[in-house]
Amino acid sequence: MPKFVKRALLLLVVIAMLPASLYGCTGGTEPTSAPSGDVSNSGSEASAAQSGELPEGNSVTVGIAQDLSSLDPQLAATAGVREVLFNIFEGLVKASPDGSVTPAVASDYELSEDGKTYTFTLREGVTFHNGETVTVEDVVYSLERCAGSENDGTPLVSAFSNAVSIEAVDESHVAVTLAEPSTEFINALTSPVIPAGSGPSITETMVGTGPFRFVSYAPQDNLVMEKYDGYWNQEKAAKLDRVTFKIIPDVNSLVIGLKGETLDMVVHLPNTLLGEVENEFTVHQNTMNIVQALYLNNAVEPFDNELVRQAMYYAIDVDEIIEFVCSGAGVATGTSMYPAQSKYFMPELAENYQKDVEKAKELLAQAGYPDGFTMTITAPSNYAQHMDTAMVLIEQLKAVGITAELIPVEWQSWVDDVYRGRNYQSTVCGIAADDMTAREMLVRYMSDNRKNFIAFSDPEYDEVMAQAMASTDDAEQTALYKRAQEILNERAASLWLQDACELVVMNPELEGFTFYRTYVIDMAAISRK
Amino acid sequence: MVFPRQRNDSTLRKPRNWYLTIGAVLTACMLAFTALGLFWTPYAPSAMNGAARNAPPSAAHPFGCDAYGRDVLSRTLEGAGATLTIALAVLAVGAVCGLVVGALCGYYGGPADALVMRLCDSVAAFPSVLLALVVLAVTGPGRYNVIGALGVLFIPSFARLVRGEFLKYRDRDFVKSARLMGVGDMRIIFVHILPNLWPTLLSGLTIGFNNAVLAEASMSYLGIGVSPTEPSLGYTLKDAQGSLFTLPWCTVFPGLAAVLLILGVGLVGEGIRERMGAAS
Repeated sequence: MPKFVKRALLLLVVIAMLPASLYGCTGGTEPTSAPSGDVSNSGSEASAAQSGELPEGNSVTVGIAQDLSSLDPQLAATAGVREVLFNIFEGLVKASPDGSVTPAVASDYELSEDGKTYTFTLREGVTFHNGETVTVEDVVYSLERCAGSENDGTPLVSAFSNAVSIEAVDESHVAVTLAEPSTEFINALTSPVIPAGSGPSITETMVGTGPFRFVSYAPQDNLVMEKYDGYWNQEKAAKLDRVTFKIIPDVNSLVIGLKGETLDMVVHLPNTLLGEVENEFTVHQNTMNIVQALYLNNAVEPFDNELVRQAMYYAIDVDEIIEFVCSGAGVATGTSMYPAQSKYFMPELAENYQKDVEKAKELLAQAGYPDGFTMTITAPSNYAQHMDTAMVLIEQLKAVGITAELIPVEWQSWVDDVYRGRNYQSTVCGIAADDMTAREMLVRYMSDNRKNFIAFSDPEYDEVMAQAMASTDDAEQTALYKRAQEILNERAASLWLQDACELVVMNPELEGFTFYRTYVIDMAAISRK
Repeated sequence: MVFPRQRNDSTLRKPRNWYLTIGAVLTACMLAFTALGLFWTPYAPSAMNGAARNAPPSAAHPFGCDAYGRDVLSRTLEGAGATLTIALAVLAVGAVCGLVVGALCGYYGGPADALVMRLCDSVAAFPSVLLALVVLAVTGPGRYNVIGALGVLFIPSFARLVRGEFLKYRDRDFVKSARLMGVGDMRIIFVHILPNLWPTLLSGLTIGFNNAVLAEASMSYLGIGVSPTEPSLGYTLKDAQGSLFTLPWCTVFPGLAAVLLILGVGLVGEGIRERMGAAS
């Protein structure tokens, strides 16, 4: 029956093409973008300069999984924003790869004998991207804005709550005086210097002093920046002419983008994709310098009960999670500290809750939940690592009768509802330190801290942290920070999991990538071979 | 009075309807496969087994295992069940509502009919998956939201189909005589006219079913369909897409299940249409 055969063949061909047509789809969480659009172009003028055709000059497109929640460089609410803005803005000092800070807009600084006054010498010849020279007024304005001068007085950068005065000494010196002595305060001065009087319009002008100059930002699509020719440090000036950060909240689309050469580089890929990319691309492997955890909202039932939290910690198997999600390359943390903070990191805490289903059941029974309970885990769907971890956790929690439901949410609603709104039961995510200090990883769990999104509240913890931050003796401070970490572990404030692994995958034509001990992507160091 | 025209005898002498035969066999196989998944899977579909990560197909795991050591056969069985249930539910919502709307519009006509039909046109003017994406972006993902969103989007096509048929029948003699005999409108609509629509509806339903399966799969594939913890075929495909080349069995088998299901039902629909064509 030739007619039938012909038509059946046609049908088969159509069906065979179906997966292929689906395969071209990008992640469609953004409802207004056509689901059949291809990865490279969504029609913005910026993406015209992408490297689909051979790049004119030296442009590179970097795939990132999350949208930029707020462009205010001093607020930089999330690590994903900081890592991008690192290239455009600089503070008096800036992060260096080894985890320390090096002078940037300031050429030098001095700390007074009593540990309370920092005096900065401005570097000569530092200019903003608008061509104007950085003056003390700009610096004082920027620091005061960090300390909360333009909002209700709540510091944009929490460490500034310690600052009592910020003043210009003369044309080239600025002094910052603290209420309590602090050697860690210098890290807070990585906060960007912006032109005086910028105000909220900084999110549109985006004028900084970094090696790259802001060009454009299309929400949920891309951010473009160009080399700034007047950068003060010619040795570390950008080697690329143009960098586009392309926002693609789906890990598979990121890989397809790499393979299709619409992306030259992708950061934060999960390890599980190593086999898929290692032969074709240059792969850098590291941990992310974050603490990934099942963060529990301590303010809601049943997680307000310490026994429940501990029971859950006993019910799960962290090593198995690391094995499944990171192919064994993550590092168990046991508390809110990542291993790159080697001075404070306590690997022994990760040993405390070995998987023990019987003990977990016993604790649950004591807590009044002998048959377990149901709960929800909210996870940002653009992060494959966190979604995967949540799925493994759900399986593990079944063993003690806890039924968890996974609620994938878009990144922006995660930031708004979970992180800021605290309207959730539990969530899997990663927390990084804004300024590379141990303090930043711990201070957020003090009862009244505005970043305490798990609503952890423990008088002893508050006291230990207050003492630690006030301490000028390094050994004593270290000991107190360690004690604080122990409390987080003992009280099982959340189920601390791991410093997750990540892959940075680059087109083999690129070189110069450096890992920092914090969450940044230094594009200035990258060049084409 | 069921069929308004006399069937002629050619139906009986017609050569064998291959579409229908092959389609029915395929569909029966896939339904059996899916039904099996409702009662039995070789392993728990979401159970992770560290020892069997990335295992290729073998006797213990005929379809292999994924990156978490989950059995792909079990997941395909469960996924087919999830996809099928969702497709049927979507079809039920779309067909029942579409039937009622179409029947009333077609039978009564008038300005209300024009208004409702223009409304249907405007809904149908959007690509259905895109519109469902918007709805789900607002309501959030989840099985029932998917059913609701897709179900509503399936109403216009059924409504239009049914309305057209009703227009054809409402002035027929058997309807007029029923009306003269004092039969109520509702009874005329559902008892006198509706049974005549059965062949048209059946082929509409098979096409609708395939669209529903595809729509569910594409939405789960786009990451906003059902929850990741209750895998449908579309979600399983999306999940394994990153390892298409390293772990092909994770995509091939669920994909094949979806293709065969659609092919089977599609052929049945084609067969029905052919038989109808011969009949009229």
